[in-house]
Amino acid sequence: MNQPLIEIRSAPHVQAAKTVETIMRHVVYSLLPICAFYVFQYGISALASIVVVTAACLLTERFFVRTGTQAGRLSDYSAVITGLLLALTLPPGFSLWMGAVAGIVAIALGKALFGGIGFNVFNPALVGRAFVQAAFPTAIATYTPSFLAGRFTEFIPSSLAWPLMIPADTAAWLKAKNLDALAGATPLAKWKFDGVIANADELLTSLSGHMAVGPAPALILICGLYLAARRFMDWRIPLAILGSAALTAWLLFAFDPVRYPNPFFMLFSGGLILGAVYMATDMATSPVTPKGMWVYGALIGLLTVVIRYYSGLPEGVMYAILIANAASPLIEKITQPVPFGRGALDRARKRATYPLNPGYISREEASAVTPKKRFLPKKPKK
Amino acid sequence: MKLVSYFRGEAFQRGVHPPSCKLTAERKIRRLPFPDRVTVPLLQHIGKAPRPIVRVGQEVVRGQPIARSDEWLSVPHHAPLSGVVEFIGLRPGMRGTWIESIVIRAHRGATQEDLWGQPRDLSQGTGQDILQAIWDTGMVGLGGAAFPTHAKLSVPKQARVHTLVVNGCECEPYLTCDHRIMVEHAADLIAGIRYAMSATGAVRTIIGVEDNKPDAVLVLRQAIADAMAAGVTEEIHVEAVPTKYPQGSEKMLIMALFGAEMPAGGLPIALGMVVSNVGTLAALGKLLPLGQGLTERVVTVTGPGVAKPGDYRVILGTPLKFVLDYAGAPAVDAMDARQVILGGPMMGQAIGSLDVPITKGVSGVLVFRREDMQMREMRQTYPCIKCGECVESCPMGLNPSTLGMLAAKREYDLMGEQYFLGDCFECGCCTYVCPSNIPLVQQFRVAKQILREKAA
Repeated sequence: MNQPLIEIRSAPHVQAAKTVETIMRHVVYSLLPICAFYVFQYGISALASIVVVTAACLLTERFFVRTGTQAGRLSDYSAVITGLLLALTLPPGFSLWMGAVAGIVAIALGKALFGGIGFNVFNPALVGRAFVQAAFPTAIATYTPSFLAGRFTEFIPSSLAWPLMIPADTAAWLKAKNLDALAGATPLAKWKFDGVIANADELLTSLSGHMAVGPAPALILICGLYLAARRFMDWRIPLAILGSAALTAWLLFAFDPVRYPNPFFMLFSGGLILGAVYMATDMATSPVTPKGMWVYGALIGLLTVVIRYYSGLPEGVMYAILIANAASPLIEKITQPVPFGRGALDRARKRATYPLNPGYISREEASAVTPKKRFLPKKPKK
Repeated sequence: MKLVSYFRGEAFQRGVHPPSCKLTAERKIRRLPFPDRVTVPLLQHIGKAPRPIVRVGQEVVRGQPIARSDEWLSVPHHAPLSGVVEFIGLRPGMRGTWIESIVIRAHRGATQEDLWGQPRDLSQGTGQDILQAIWDTGMVGLGGAAFPTHAKLSVPKQARVHTLVVNGCECEPYLTCDHRIMVEHAADLIAGIRYAMSATGAVRTIIGVEDNKPDAVLVLRQAIADAMAAGVTEEIHVEAVPTKYPQGSEKMLIMALFGAEMPAGGLPIALGMVVSNVGTLAALGKLLPLGQGLTERVVTVTGPGVAKPGDYRVILGTPLKFVLDYAGAPAVDAMDARQVILGGPMMGQAIGSLDVPITKGVSGVLVFRREDMQMREMRQTYPCIKCGECVESCPMGLNPSTLGMLAAKREYDLMGEQYFLGDCFECGCCTYVCPSNIPLVQQFRVAKQILREKAA
């Protein structure tokens, strides 16, 4: 047995360092500042919501991985992403047991049912959210104002409702704090039902008090830029969504500025930025082809604006993304890349170093037309 | 990525940037000692195997033809050693199968000068004479594909060749043999280029070198200037192209130099071009005037598992065990695994036996230790998460993600008809970048093989 063991495997024998785990881990890292800001806005209730929802997702994932019905591993962080994103889309005072239901549904129906990581058709977090939106329509529309005094010591009463019990009335709680119930409406709901348009800087940073908005869009954009720069996320999809939403909103605004809000309000209110950067870019549910990503993003942007303007709901990002998820295989099919050498053959690059044909073909002609030797260096002087 | 490519002036779209790991770029080519025994497989190239023209027990001298064929797509072999033919029969080959080979035992103490070749002057020869002379040397593409050179350089009657493209990219990580040849044998290379230009009728030559080899570019420019001073009139340019894998593919190199896409399924000759590797032409430039056959080549022996990495001039048929012993691959006990790869790490062939000989198409021997492989072993394979990395890296503009899923479902016909599986040249970019660790290229190889068998 002097012969050493030699392993055989197929080429390539080297691999890039990026794995599924690294991608997912960096997405989690980039979500942490956003979660921290969310907790800063809404205090202890938001923290409890994030923890409970993420734990529900992880436990469900664990169950399905353990029972062997699902591919992947618990340590791939994808369930953490689902949990964090789901918690960020729920109102901070959402009852914790409802959050747990959302988390369980997100993983069980949104992901495990299809076979686990990579096989899901719809974004799991949005599946969970769609479920609780249908199940608890009042609770999910009940926002409390941000930056309440004492938010780090006191739970929003609706958070701590017992399972299957009606949560405490948030409006009465707010009244006791001498706050108007309207202060708890999101900017989109205010616009939709009262025709009030929020200020631009409030929307962008969500730092002004008493306005119920999600996490700061500016912060989400910065985190998204980090992901795009490290190539953990494709930059085309957010760009396509925001571009198409802005374009549609601008066209309508130009058509009737009284009836429609300005495009800036469209972009930075509600969950559009969070959806564009984190939800729509979910790899498994978006097309792989570059052209398809543009189409998919444009579809989401268009649908979001249409749902916001013409439906009974104030927010449209979630359904827009879910519809585009369903359309994604079709989009992918019609946007297959053109292989090298199969496109139009007149695509010779203008900036090429050498002309394709030297301008003289045979050797006889070559001696007739002496070619310029401009690519050769000058003879060294001795 | 198109935008980025445009601004950075990248040569072709997509592709990857693996760490280059050119450990041996600064070391001179050294000669490996002659082994006691060499094994010359009859089929070392694309095409038909030649017939042996020696018998067991016959004495041969170095450079003497030992196998020959009249088939067009076949080349003769020459004895790499002076010695006695010991055995003709099956020996382990690099693909894992046993192949017909000639084993020669060296005469100890015999001179190993190549005494067989007759010097000749081809400067007045026609293209046909030169092609015949190239055929007689047994030359094949030394870059790795091992396509018979005389067939590559012969131009069909209805076609015309105006440009000879010389491929000095060497885009594979670790390999440096072409780099060293360009630096040390520039004059041979120029001579080889002139022969190839006369054989094909090309009027200009462009040597494409990746810009991670600036010294090679400088040496070649100097050599061309010297040749012109000595009265050479051929038009030869050297062009540095931005480093990117797989630039060494002829399609990618033509794209980088001329900005033109080669039509799918076509050969460079459709654009009036012939592409050849620097190692091949340098060997031609050396062998043709001497009238000798190809008996040795430069091989990069490298990798983390080699104590004395370097570019070695190895006679063909040297067993790998001998090469690795000399280059100092550490002794391993039976429990310790390692990996030996013929060629580069992206497209090379992992071999299962150290009795496999160095053949004409072997450009590198790469050894990984157990530690180096563990990173890969520990990686879990996930289902495809459709991240699109493979689509962004495929130089041929295919969709490896969808192809991989179709392969898992065994939809081979669909892969070939609608997703252009036949365009894949197995460069390995998709597998290199795949975060899910899916062996995409291997799936494509299997699928192509099945389609080939179906067609036959």
